[in-house]
Amino acid sequence: MAVTTPPRVPAPGRGAAVRRGVPRTVPKRGPGRLDKAGPVAYALLAAITAASVFPLYWSVVVASHDDNSVLAGSTPPLVPGGHLVENLQRVFELSAFWQALGNSFVVAGTTAVSNVLLSSLAGFAFAKLRFRGRNPLLVCVVVTVMVPTQLGIIPLYMLVTDMGLYGKLSALIVPALVSAVGVFWMRQAVEENIPDELVEAARMDGAGLLRTYWHVVVPGVRTTAAVLAMFTFMFAWNDYFWPLIALPPENGTVQIALNQLAAGYYTDYTLMLAGVVVSVLPVLAAFTLLARRIVSGVMAGAVKG
Amino acid sequence: MALQAASTTTDPPARATTPRRFRGERHLLPYLFIAPFFLVFGVFGLYPLLQTFWVSLHDWDRLAGAGEWVGLENFGRLLEDSDFYTATFNTLSIFVLSTAPQLLAALGVAWLLDRHLRAQSVWRALVLVPQYVSVVAVALVFSQLFGRDFGIVNWVLEGTGLIGDPVDWTADTWSSHLAISFMVMWRWTGYNALIYLAAMQAVPRDQYESAQIDGAGRLLTFRKVTLPAIRPTIVFTVVISTIGGLQLFAEPFLFDQQGNAEGGAEHQFQTLTLMLYKYGFINNDAGYASAVSWVLFLVIAVVAAVNFLLARRSERG
Repeated sequence: MAVTTPPRVPAPGRGAAVRRGVPRTVPKRGPGRLDKAGPVAYALLAAITAASVFPLYWSVVVASHDDNSVLAGSTPPLVPGGHLVENLQRVFELSAFWQALGNSFVVAGTTAVSNVLLSSLAGFAFAKLRFRGRNPLLVCVVVTVMVPTQLGIIPLYMLVTDMGLYGKLSALIVPALVSAVGVFWMRQAVEENIPDELVEAARMDGAGLLRTYWHVVVPGVRTTAAVLAMFTFMFAWNDYFWPLIALPPENGTVQIALNQLAAGYYTDYTLMLAGVVVSVLPVLAAFTLLARRIVSGVMAGAVKG
Repeated sequence: MALQAASTTTDPPARATTPRRFRGERHLLPYLFIAPFFLVFGVFGLYPLLQTFWVSLHDWDRLAGAGEWVGLENFGRLLEDSDFYTATFNTLSIFVLSTAPQLLAALGVAWLLDRHLRAQSVWRALVLVPQYVSVVAVALVFSQLFGRDFGIVNWVLEGTGLIGDPVDWTADTWSSHLAISFMVMWRWTGYNALIYLAAMQAVPRDQYESAQIDGAGRLLTFRKVTLPAIRPTIVFTVVISTIGGLQLFAEPFLFDQQGNAEGGAEHQFQTLTLMLYKYGFINNDAGYASAVSWVLFLVIAVVAAVNFLLARRSERG
């Protein structure tokens, strides 16, 4: 969190859908305000999504041909060739890609878990506990989102080096353990999903604050937590500036390794774009997989609630 | 989205809603619960930012450590450095070229999505896809697409007769700015569209009904009902895009694959963040780089404030 570009707020669409009380769908009949989409709207949306997906499709196309000569013809290739597996193998042979993937998994996985735990703990405090200075402190959390902490990168590098963390994965993990966006978001989730009576009931049963957190708050906000985890994972996985500075190139993250595929006087585009495919796949897969879980979580909540 | 709700409507829960039983425990535990965030932000976010100013007042080698105090000399040097003016111009130019069309396009996409669609969730998921792709991957793919010899962009432009000879996109100011802005736009338009969509869906339905009764058409309804209603969200996205858009690093850094942070032979696409990286981590002149940092900080603060005021003012107009 300290070094990534200003944290964008996670999951707009889903975030809204996760919250209760927000109308998820508008009735189809009656005085509904929503227009029915006509063929023009569909055509425009198809064009937009084609543009969204094309660079990835293009990567697969180029990555599945044998060498740059595929790009030298009079027309660009638009259909995948038969060399994808071969190029993917080259990615893993030619560079420290396995290690970089492993590093990225450790960093992104750890920060995802810690962000969920620490953000929901703070969110619980801000939403349900009374303590002096609560509201000013909450305002502080919100304001920090706008602070361009990336500009402090030089002292951050010095600090991390002084702490003996340079070149270690903890140099990436520790500054990103918890973020303002996460805290704010979990506070919102706790407030909307955990009724005071539930918290009170836990207290009547003699549960302490930590047990209440673990047994009442955590299960109650798990849908939001999953989305937060997903976005934290993605930010860590995709981060480039700080890993470039805090890790030596031979022990980098997947983004560093990816860039090494392109460096040099001669760029082998089939290799480079095969690297792009490898680096994007885990995130795309995670989002596709977790998206289902989130939908079912929302539906389960709607049935019970 | 969630945040924006906060910045506009910070309504602290009423005291009465806090469960009574917890009041006794307020001494320490709540502070312990929120401490990790403040600790992490303070140590790894705020302290380095402030320390940057201290470093900028010294002749400070990144590897050798602090040298002598030079006061504002680094800032003076900066004002005499023509690269600094080039980088400031590039930063602002790329920011405007990428942000303005991006937010307008996002509004359009949101408007398209804000209607009854078959497979609604699939459309939403698809426009968000670019957001999952890392800046490095985006920069690599687009530097290929905008390649002089093998790039599909040149191929399309030549095929349609718009250009005679292939464009060397990295070579000139405007062509490089356009290509870099395109990367930013591609990555962020869908994301902002979903923010706008969420805001649009929160607009009370009766406002649309009365517009319909008044016989307003689709475009007029959009201008008179939707836009005013989602204006706080627009202000929010403008400010956040400003903060991010002025700090671009990976896109220009990876655009020409030289790895030297020069931003082209004549610095035609060197942004301030690239300059910060060059002096801080290639030349190891941490003092000078920190001066760049603080000037960039000021630029961000001023532009964000101006944009905020402009966006707010248009509310009344």
